[in-house]
Amino acid sequence: MNIPLPPDDARRRDWMAILAKAPPARLAALMPDLPAHDLLRPPQIGTVMVQGRTGGTGAPFNLGEMTVTRASVRLGTGEVGHAMVQGRDKGHAARAAITDALMQGDAAARIEAEILDPLRREAEARRRTRAAKAAATRVEFFTLVRGEDQ
Amino acid sequence: MYVAVKGGERAIDAAHAWLAEERRGDPSVPELTVAQIREQMTLAVNRVMAEGSLHDPDLAALAIKQARGDLIEAVFLIRAYRTTLPRFGSSQPVDTARMAVDRRVSATFKDLPGGQVLGPTFDYTHRLLDFALAAEGAVPPAAPTAPAADEAVPHVAGLLDRDGLIEAEAPDDTPAPDLTRSPLELPASRALRLQALARGDEGFLLSLAYSTQRGYGRTHAFVGELRIGMVEVQAELPELGFAVPIGEIELTECESVNQFKGSRTEPPQFTRGYGLVMGQGERKALSMSLVDRALRWRELGEDFTGAPAQDEEFVLSHCDNIQATGFLEHIKLPHYVDFQAELELVRRLRAETMQEAAE
Repeated sequence: MNIPLPPDDARRRDWMAILAKAPPARLAALMPDLPAHDLLRPPQIGTVMVQGRTGGTGAPFNLGEMTVTRASVRLGTGEVGHAMVQGRDKGHAARAAITDALMQGDAAARIEAEILDPLRREAEARRRTRAAKAAATRVEFFTLVRGEDQ
Repeated sequence: MYVAVKGGERAIDAAHAWLAEERRGDPSVPELTVAQIREQMTLAVNRVMAEGSLHDPDLAALAIKQARGDLIEAVFLIRAYRTTLPRFGSSQPVDTARMAVDRRVSATFKDLPGGQVLGPTFDYTHRLLDFALAAEGAVPPAAPTAPAADEAVPHVAGLLDRDGLIEAEAPDDTPAPDLTRSPLELPASRALRLQALARGDEGFLLSLAYSTQRGYGRTHAFVGELRIGMVEVQAELPELGFAVPIGEIELTECESVNQFKGSRTEPPQFTRGYGLVMGQGERKALSMSLVDRALRWRELGEDFTGAPAQDEEFVLSHCDNIQATGFLEHIKLPHYVDFQAELELVRRLRAETMQEAAE
């Protein structure tokens, strides 16, 4: 359920989604060197209460919490980046916030190609693999011909 | 009555040291890693996350290792750890209609959009011990694949709802009450009941759900739909002012379709029970949907038959295994003074009775 956003915000939501879902080790491998930055909010571990909806569509209820890590950074060039990512990996949150900041500056096209595109491709490949395994377990019903029909 | 007593410190230290040794077991057998538990004891990890009410597979795996596989003890560890973390906020309600389904079955319709997808299920296995698993090092053959249709997998209840054959679950944005922030008050809203059930003990809910099937608060449930898969979680970042995805978690959702005769204001239609559980936990989700439905007797104008599954106070006060185990297990801690008082009383009563008998 994506709420319509202005194009710039929608683009930002898209890259934040990729960063949040990225395997922390993979993001670290794609970002061996970090640009100069200040930690406006050093990575902090906490929780978010996950909500569901009654019957899938009705009133919200609290399902339980998940661990998250959040961080905010300012680059040497002035851009401010934020991140809140699943899990307790502080490096993951810091790299996601730095990438968020980089995507707002002149390096956006390079970051898109070097970091976001590979992450996007890999996430899509993982999704496709699972969907293909699920598809193989899809039931194809057939009806048996009963004796009296012959 | 509790009275502070000193002593036993050396005994406690020795007990903990022995516990650590026993936890490790035979040192000639390789030690389990947390990653091994997370990857190979996944359903235990899922249960600890669901009942611990905290989604973090690594923490749940660590808790299982520390608890020597005692899952309720592991849930206890997770609940205790959770209290040390700040809560940054609440997610947007997850959209389970957009779940990337690994499994999706309906017992009410054979042919339905999105199809019947079995997923990695124990169903249809013969429940025969597989001694091949006792031999280590075997890598199972890759699971077969088939072209995925990439089609939408709509909720089954929506199909019935279109024809008005099932009660509508109208969109509603009443803020959800939170059991972890304010004490349980009865009567509880359905949202509060669902939160309590979602973190409740699987065994307790299973027994209650089974009792409704056997006639104690019968609701005649069909599994309208059971689905398992990954769902995106979005939360609003205050700095941005809009919600962004912060991750994805596996959920199990079950919607039961139940009999209903209709009432003065409603034509006859089916009613619904709902279960939603973190991780892959279909026994729990199924149980939750049956118990949720049984608890709805009042709002649906049904009779209270005195069945345990209909009794909100009974169900909600006893479904949490950490509350239960805390109170149950405290009676093994020293109660020397209480017991001394009881002993004194019994001796006096006996002396009086014997004296009366002698007179």
